[in-house]
Amino acid sequence: MKSQVVVSPFPNEDIKNLRTGDSILVSGSILTARDVAHKRLSAAVEKGLQLPVNIAGQTFYYTGPSPARPGQIIGSCGPTTSKRMDEFTPVLLANGLKVMIGKGQRSKEVKDAIRQYQALYLVTYGGAGALLSKCVKKAEILAYTDAGAEAVMRLEVENFPAVVAYDVWGGDLFGQEITRYSNFEL
Amino acid sequence: MTIREIDANTITDHVAGLCVKANTKLPDDLVVALEKAVQIEKSPLGRQALQIILENARIARQEGTPLCQDCGVAVVLVEIGQDVHITGRSLDDAISEGVSLGYRQGYLRKSMVSKPFSKRENTRDNTPPVIHTDIVSGNKIKIIFIPKGGGAENMSRVAMLKPGDGAEAIVKLVAETVKAAGGSSCPPLIIGLGIGGTLEKAALLAKKALVRPLENWNEDIEIAELEQKVLKKINRLGIGPLGMGGTVTALAVNAISYPCHMASLPVAVNLQCHSARYAEVVI
Repeated sequence: MKSQVVVSPFPNEDIKNLRTGDSILVSGSILTARDVAHKRLSAAVEKGLQLPVNIAGQTFYYTGPSPARPGQIIGSCGPTTSKRMDEFTPVLLANGLKVMIGKGQRSKEVKDAIRQYQALYLVTYGGAGALLSKCVKKAEILAYTDAGAEAVMRLEVENFPAVVAYDVWGGDLFGQEITRYSNFEL
Repeated sequence: MTIREIDANTITDHVAGLCVKANTKLPDDLVVALEKAVQIEKSPLGRQALQIILENARIARQEGTPLCQDCGVAVVLVEIGQDVHITGRSLDDAISEGVSLGYRQGYLRKSMVSKPFSKRENTRDNTPPVIHTDIVSGNKIKIIFIPKGGGAENMSRVAMLKPGDGAEAIVKLVAETVKAAGGSSCPPLIIGLGIGGTLEKAALLAKKALVRPLENWNEDIEIAELEQKVLKKINRLGIGPLGMGGTVTALAVNAISYPCHMASLPVAVNLQCHSARYAEVVI
């Protein structure tokens, strides 16, 4: 399959043009954030505190990497289940978060918020952490060092493979593709 | 009958080795099943996902990088011969130390937290493991190490069905479980089915079913037929590799059954992701 290269942070024009089902390769800067970071960031937003990282226009990648071996940039770093971030996501989108990369379906609230705030949800390849680690060219911790694998890191990635799951038009990869192949006669 | 002595240190060393091996090398039969899946998958996105999964296995094996960042809960199945005497310290301590050593030496992610519903502080060495011990005849110890990731384990279920519900209800339960899990359980799955016993027996059988060679069906024809029926149903759900749509949602259904109370029909569905890792040793 042919994949188009997209730069992160994603220009608004790309966010509007990408469609559910598109295979893409992400290059540029993405921020890791999973359960602990979501809980703390959304709590900070609700209290009106300044966030330790600027999330406006940014791309979040839901991952908690394995430790890097000496000489390695990062360990295995595949996506974790996105659903667990759902309750915190609409408030982060309202505060400027633009793109999320994870695995699996999301709630209706998140889907609606993605349309409302003109954002994107991408899925990447669960269980392919060794392969995905090869796309990471630089990694630095930005916040929540105490959270270990759950710290917020800035990753410089090159040709990081992903598929557009929810687009700004309400497209839904799971609804669309699963319907297409259910009851398929082999 | 002479008692064979086994030093606890030997067990610790083997367990440490199994932790690293299981997390970096997919079992051969699984690689074969994934290669077959690429051939029969109808969805282009699904085929692409399967190719990436296979390429990931090649990189992990070659470079010693964990297959998945989720290096799992350390589940250890032990069959200990009744003519074995372990010296030095307890079996559980020997295994636990092996897990601690293996996860640190192998740069594996430590995912265990101490207080499940409160502090959730990381124990920092992935201990304690979850150990299931069976006493068997003989003078050997068999250890099977399963690093069990959170994604698929979270979507697993135990249900106490009604005895009259029969095979149809089991098929329906598995289908509902797999459907609810969607892409978050990282299909194509291996489905462990524990049927009968009691609540905890069914769950343990489902876990043990995950390590059966993939090309085998249950030796009991009736159970094998149920396995085939479930597999067919699951692969018609359309979920596909990583939930991106497709015709291969499960690679295998492995069931183990056990007699149960006349009033009960316990059924456990243990989902295992495509990175169905385990490694074993006989000492």
